[in-house]
Amino acid sequence: MNIIISNSSDEPIYLQIVNQLKEQIVKGELEESQPLPSIRNLSKELKVSVITTKRAYDELENEGFIVTVAGKGSYVAAINKNMFREAKVKMIEEKMTEAIDTAKMVGLTLEELQDMVKIIYKGW
Amino acid sequence: MNNIMEITDLSKSYKDFSLKGINITLEKGYIMGFIGPNGSGKSTTIKLIMNLIKKDSGDIKIFGLDNESNNLSIKERIGFVYDENYFYEELTVKEMKEMVRPFYSRWDEKIFKRYAKDFELPLNKEIKHLSKGMKMKFSLAIALSHHAELLIMDEPTSGLDPLIRSELLDVLQSLLQDENKSIFFSTHITSDLDKIADFITLINNGEIILSKTKDELLEEHCIVKGSKKQLNIDNPLNFIGIKQNDFGFEALCRDKKAVIKQYGDSVIIEKPTLEDITVFYTRRSDHHVSSN
Repeated sequence: MNIIISNSSDEPIYLQIVNQLKEQIVKGELEESQPLPSIRNLSKELKVSVITTKRAYDELENEGFIVTVAGKGSYVAAINKNMFREAKVKMIEEKMTEAIDTAKMVGLTLEELQDMVKIIYKGW
Repeated sequence: MNNIMEITDLSKSYKDFSLKGINITLEKGYIMGFIGPNGSGKSTTIKLIMNLIKKDSGDIKIFGLDNESNNLSIKERIGFVYDENYFYEELTVKEMKEMVRPFYSRWDEKIFKRYAKDFELPLNKEIKHLSKGMKMKFSLAIALSHHAELLIMDEPTSGLDPLIRSELLDVLQSLLQDENKSIFFSTHITSDLDKIADFITLINNGEIILSKTKDELLEEHCIVKGSKKQLNIDNPLNFIGIKQNDFGFEALCRDKKAVIKQYGDSVIIEKPTLEDITVFYTRRSDHHVSSN
């Protein structure tokens, strides 16, 4: 499990934790039912407040990425395929938006962009 | 009982300064940073909490108990770290410890020894010869050696170097691994300690300006910078502590979303630090009147 906090980022710290854990869960780097550190331990390690890590875990739990068993701790949830797919699709959308923004910046047309996607999709 | 400390409508008047009915609540298991400029009432509040001075009116409950009628039993459960050295200068660290020890029924010599070792306290040195950082570490070791559930610190980091502040941070976060412990500390400088604070209470002129989680505070506030024209046309957003110069203005706003909606990209919007928030809220009013 890797978490790197940036204090200069515009993204709130709890969201940085959420996004990094989500990514590792979706990629399978964190496996199903793997135990996660306690919120207090995580806050100590990351040097952030307890409320921040608590909020991150709450959010991950609400979205179904982790489960918390009272008195035992938090674990990586069994994520179902649909959710996994949805998360991936969302990631693709984000990356595509980024690519399109860059394309617009240099004046690439939709057709040119589509051609590019086709070529890359079919393999170079 | 989830509130470890509850202060309600607390007032205290002096000739030239008064605390005006302040309210502070601290939940068990969390750290609260009590911030404000010099002379804003932080130390007065802490002295009232510690029952070192008498309040005029209001209520202070610690561990759910009234702090005056349960003075002794409450103090058994509090660890107190004060900015200035209140130990006997002529005694050695060990002698001073032996003097404090009998006052606490739950004193735990093992814990003290562990901290003494971790902090590398020179047990046989006279207190007057300790550095400022070492004095603070000694205070902290004393404060933590009787299983205190609430640690109260008045300006613990003032005058300490960054390395010792960072060590202090480690000790406090280790302490908070136990979710039954809480920490309340005051400071007038934004120190590294703010990183780990769960709640922030800002006091100015004897009044509580705000008290909420640090995350909320930093997320909803923003600093706005723009041209003076933008400021003069409309200011419906209740800017706080507006500061103008010949070329533009800067201000703090309580509602980041509204600022984005109103101004979009035409102003610069920045993430504030706690220091920014303190400065903008407490800037004296004669400092932000415009120059014309």
